[in-house]
Amino acid sequence: MNRHTRLALLIALVVAAFALSLAAGKQWLPWAAWIGDDSRWAIVVELRVPRAILGAMLGAALGLSGAVLQGYLRNPLADPTVIGVSSCAALGAVASIVFGLGGMAGGLGQFGWAMAGAGGAMALLGLLTARAESPVIFVLAGTVLASLAGALTAFLISIAPNPYAVAEAIDWLMGALTDRGTNDVMLAAPFMVGGSLVLMTTGRALDALALGEDAARSLGANLARLRWTVVLGTGLAVGAGVAVTGVVGFVGLVVPHLLRPVFGARPSALLLPSALGGAALTLAADSLCRLAPGAGEVRLGVVMALIGAPFFLALLFREGGRQWR
Amino acid sequence: MALTLDAVTLDLGRRRVLDAVSASIAPGRVTVVLGPNGAGKTSLLRVAAGLVAPSAGAAAIGGDDIQRLPREVRARTIGYLPQQGDVAWNMIARDVIALGRLPYRDTNDASAIAAALAATDTETLADRRVGELSGGERARILLARVLAGEPQWLLADEPLASLDPAHQLDMLDRLRVVARGGAGVAVVLHDLAQAARIADDAILMAGGSIVAAGAAEEILTADRLGDLFGVRLATVPGYPICIPVERR
Repeated sequence: MNRHTRLALLIALVVAAFALSLAAGKQWLPWAAWIGDDSRWAIVVELRVPRAILGAMLGAALGLSGAVLQGYLRNPLADPTVIGVSSCAALGAVASIVFGLGGMAGGLGQFGWAMAGAGGAMALLGLLTARAESPVIFVLAGTVLASLAGALTAFLISIAPNPYAVAEAIDWLMGALTDRGTNDVMLAAPFMVGGSLVLMTTGRALDALALGEDAARSLGANLARLRWTVVLGTGLAVGAGVAVTGVVGFVGLVVPHLLRPVFGARPSALLLPSALGGAALTLAADSLCRLAPGAGEVRLGVVMALIGAPFFLALLFREGGRQWR
Repeated sequence: MALTLDAVTLDLGRRRVLDAVSASIAPGRVTVVLGPNGAGKTSLLRVAAGLVAPSAGAAAIGGDDIQRLPREVRARTIGYLPQQGDVAWNMIARDVIALGRLPYRDTNDASAIAAALAATDTETLADRRVGELSGGERARILLARVLAGEPQWLLADEPLASLDPAHQLDMLDRLRVVARGGAGVAVVLHDLAQAARIADDAILMAGGSIVAAGAAEEILTADRLGDLFGVRLATVPGYPICIPVERR
């Protein structure tokens, strides 16, 4: 089975997960309800289509940035959460919730604040690592940024003026696609698509980096430009994702690992598959969220970890680290 | 047309690792770079490969400053084999070798990759993962990666590290074949016996400066090498090599 066939299968999986995401919920919607005069059609168009589009984009952005970061840092543990983008975007959003700034600029407030958080994190990360092109510095700087943003977020929640703001902030932090609508899609899509396109350009340089920094330079890779490309692409794609859905972990870490046995360990060969795989995984997990018993929904971040972790552990057990060294 | 370093000074932070170094690497010959740890051998090679810009002076090929060459032109011209021979991911050996074609924006060049496989005798390893190869096999794959780029200059930093004696001889013989094919080859070595075996030219370094440079038979004498490393050397009758036996 060649790469094209595998990609085609992966695309089929995304389409199937998208369809499942339209059908699944407290109210199961059969095919018949998707077209024609069925009154349930509104549920599909108004609620589930935007939610599914957002889920697909979020998953693609997370999966892709995970693959790029693992390749860039040459570290199988890397994902968007370890470099601080998600935490800083979350800090921005929580600040807007706690201080009641969400309504600024016609409801753009929370999104804008989260994007500002992501942008600030990326600028700081880029500057901190500008003098030392070492992946260790990058990870250390990112980890410190993430811890700092986490502490500031906790601080903001603890000084929140009222319990409703606290509840809203904590609820938002857990990450979900619940009740996200067309507006959210329109807000986030340009950034997520733009960021993802930027990240897709990194393949050749990431491949060269597999041989180490000096060898990569000797093969003509421009490592300074690569660093800014990675920072910009991750900031836009993941920042916008976090800005509308909250923090959803695990996708970026786990998807490249799931796909390495299928598409090979070469970093560039993993970029497109990781975007597709991230979309499929997120859509499937979001469908499961809605199927949980009880009146409410389980949080996407929770479901992701619950289904992802055992699967990932099984993979580790079976592969025994064959894909990385 | 030689690859030359003209009064190259390199400061890393506050440390001067190269101090007004002038040297020349000739095409078609193997130039061995020798010196104690910290002498500046790797820095010399990195400047010559264009990986780092000198603080003063210039590295040039036929008078053209290497730092001013477009990245891809430089990458096609100079192949660099770094000291630590690691591949970050457990890739298929053939894919690793194909990375040598990146400067040509075409990693599917079957003939160049086949030639590199043949030159390193690695055809039977091509479909295995690098993590499953022995140290000697991996070293040959990484050499094949450089050769796949068909460079006019091949700069290798301690290519014998972690190789057993048979693989050391094998690696050096392959480098010599590359030089006989017309490329200029520079190798940093620590093994004096192997250095004497392969060197056409030699550069001796200490403390960021060049101590002596020239044709190997004039430079690699027991007296000079003994002084350079601070050891007493025994010579082997019948072979142009000497072996360190004790510290002086």
